[in-house]
Amino acid sequence: MAENPAAEVTTANPVAEAIAALKAQFPDAVTEDDRKGYTGIVVDPESLVEVATAVRDTLGYNYLSSATAVDYLGKGDYFEMVYHTYRVPAGGPPLVIKARTPRDKATLPSVISVWPGADFQEREAYDLMGIRFEGHPNLKRILLWEGFDGHPLRKDWKEAYYEQDQKPFDSRWPQGHVHRAEERNPYGKNVRYPEGFTLDDFTPVGEAPNYEGIDLGVNVQEMTTPGLKTDRLVVNLGPHHPSTHGVFRMVVTLNGETVEDLQPVMGYLHRNHEKIGERNTFLQNMPFTDRLDYITSMSNNLGYALAVERLLSLGPRYQPPTYRAEVIRVLMVELTRVVSHMWAIGFLLNDLGAFYTPALYAIAERELILDFFEAVAGSRMMCNYMRFGGVFKDLPERIQGIPLLANDRVRNEATLDYLANIINERLPRAIDELDNYLTNNEIIVTRCQGVGILPPEMAIAYSAAGPLLRASGVPYDVRRAEPYSIYPELDFDVAVRYNGDIYDRYLLRIDEMRQSVRILKQLLPRLRETEGQPIISGSKAYSPRVPEGEAYGRVENPKGELGYYVVSDGGQNPWRYHVRAPSYINLTALGPMTKGHKVADIVAILGSIDIILGEVDR
Amino acid sequence: MYGLGILKGMGVTLKHFLDTYIEDLRFLGKGKRTDVAFNLRQSGSNQRLGLFTVEYPEEKIAVPERFRFIPFLVINNLDAEEDPGKIWCTSCGICAKVCPPQCIWIVRGTDPETGRPKPEPEEFYIDIDICMNCGLCAEFCPFDAIKMDHDYELASYDRTTHHIFDKARLSKEFRYWRSIAPTISAEEAEARGGWEHKDVLKEKAKAARTADKATGAS
Ligand code: SF4
Ligand code: SF4
Repeated sequence: MAENPAAEVTTANPVAEAIAALKAQFPDAVTEDDRKGYTGIVVDPESLVEVATAVRDTLGYNYLSSATAVDYLGKGDYFEMVYHTYRVPAGGPPLVIKARTPRDKATLPSVISVWPGADFQEREAYDLMGIRFEGHPNLKRILLWEGFDGHPLRKDWKEAYYEQDQKPFDSRWPQGHVHRAEERNPYGKNVRYPEGFTLDDFTPVGEAPNYEGIDLGVNVQEMTTPGLKTDRLVVNLGPHHPSTHGVFRMVVTLNGETVEDLQPVMGYLHRNHEKIGERNTFLQNMPFTDRLDYITSMSNNLGYALAVERLLSLGPRYQPPTYRAEVIRVLMVELTRVVSHMWAIGFLLNDLGAFYTPALYAIAERELILDFFEAVAGSRMMCNYMRFGGVFKDLPERIQGIPLLANDRVRNEATLDYLANIINERLPRAIDELDNYLTNNEIIVTRCQGVGILPPEMAIAYSAAGPLLRASGVPYDVRRAEPYSIYPELDFDVAVRYNGDIYDRYLLRIDEMRQSVRILKQLLPRLRETEGQPIISGSKAYSPRVPEGEAYGRVENPKGELGYYVVSDGGQNPWRYHVRAPSYINLTALGPMTKGHKVADIVAILGSIDIILGEVDR
Repeated sequence: MYGLGILKGMGVTLKHFLDTYIEDLRFLGKGKRTDVAFNLRQSGSNQRLGLFTVEYPEEKIAVPERFRFIPFLVINNLDAEEDPGKIWCTSCGICAKVCPPQCIWIVRGTDPETGRPKPEPEEFYIDIDICMNCGLCAEFCPFDAIKMDHDYELASYDRTTHHIFDKARLSKEFRYWRSIAPTISAEEAEARGGWEHKDVLKEKAKAARTADKATGAS
């Protein structure tokens, strides 16, 4: 990025300087966000695109990490779009840009021309918050279906079994006479119809919007080879298709076998995680984060804990997590990374047609790691392990079963020996085996090399994150770019590969697992040294007082950058809780990556992004 | 040579296939389903080869102490000398407030004579269809009165009649908690200062203090 003048400017506070520069350049359009606990700039919508261009081109904030909307109903009555931009690969803190629009005529210019990665995020904001983005080429709903009434993330929108704005609900105690929501509010009566709605003149929207702009029907033309007449064909891959690893659909326009266009259709697993998150108290969100990317619940927990700790640190009596807590957190997160990459590689093989045998080898070691999670956190996948200021409980002395049911078999091992064995022997062996097994396999080489190429500029522009970004030659890893926890004192390299194809993504995951093992080896002595030290700072509170303000906590999840944007109004519940899901945003690049390839490659390319629908659909 | 990579892969598969049988040979004549054999087969040791299969339901993996499944309520042992079967819950409502999906329902007890609240729940329900097994209720109960269970075999044929657990269905003896979580229950007892309920211990300490005073005064 040598041509980028801003990347060379190294100052103590690059963000403050960037803000000063912007204020000088746009004195009328840019003001500093001076609300207590907030940072960044507020930009006049008229000049948003102009300012964004300057932010990207002259200041070097070329990566749009997260774009999301907040409804300040009753607190100024406007919607605010919040953009978190970063310098990639230089690293450093974000420049936060905000733009406001009135609630009744919510319209903002689209920044898709500046950061194409805004595509899905703006569609999400349109879908859930109802902000129109002028200049967005494809402004349709994305998580909900076309024809859905209302925008559920608005503060005045109520869900079907609505009970109360915020938990805890008053009906549970002290007069908690139990009933099921559907008994009091039977199905059919819990639906609110739009005003003036009658069934008689209702025409369902149906599937049409999914095919908008696609040339449907028999239309034989000379397409690629002169003289050979082919027809354009639209094929739906999914929603139920083994390659999609869940419920996900791709509307593919084919010319013969070649992909001309691909539109992802998602939301089949949508549950409005963010609305649930705003009804919840801060702590209650922790177990819900497990259910985002359910392969990596430990690191989902960490990202959320970081965001809320950042908010808590605005308060007077904040104590950062203890050292032992940080060591344990990193231990859990790196084990999770190995699990997730193993899974990704195993299932990539599935997608290539090697049905299940390699996948099972890849996830064999995962069992041991999950056994460890179960012994420490109480659950294999839904760990709910991190707390604000630390973790739930210290490691147990032994990994030991307690027989209770008939035929229960007991195992009993010292935890640290168990860990040392996994980290020093089994994981390296398993990674080597996978490498040995797959890397030079001719089928994999032919299917993966040169397929699904994502050039570095495009990866950054589309806000791709994680292995997808690094396999395209961009050495950007949040653990190094904006370090958190104890990563600064740990010795590891940011893995990077340069071809940006499926094969490099696979190799990158192998590299990254090796780096994780390297980190894990450094943690073992630290675990021994810190034995007996507290695992949580301060006292454990079920409703901590969270000061007013905003925070963006992000971690390098195995799938990419996972960010939580949390706004607190000083109450018990977050005012806004947004998840920047890496799988979701990585899908922005799926269409462009598949163009020109064969149908069968779509499946492999999708597999190489490694999506988890729990996180995509939220 | 083209095809070498594929052959290598086949080799790995063959090795795994054989390893599993070699592993079985180690237990020949000694039985594969003993605890010792199980520990070997399931351990994190790098000596172990082969695959991980556990033949459920002929054998099951005993879950660790911290394993969490649907909560239960602790009551005094039924053969206890004082207050047998007395529920430990004081109906303070903290678990109902902390529960993320709000599946705990408590009717606070009232004293029929004074009409004032009394520290015992009149009714206590958990909707186990909604419980997400997060364990927060057990973590934050100040009286160690609600604990996570280990029995995960709860399948039933009828959701509507079986899946709202009431106080009777939820109550389990304290000795059960001690048996499924020996270390944790001991730690908790140490923190409380005895094996009994926190309030009982408080009463005892108070009684001891007054007795002390009485003897000191005389
Ligand atoms: S927190 Fe404990 S004592 Fe309080 S109501 Fe719940 S179970 Fe009862
Ligand atoms: S385990 Fe979690 S979801 Fe279940 S009752 Fe307890 S707090 Fe509620």
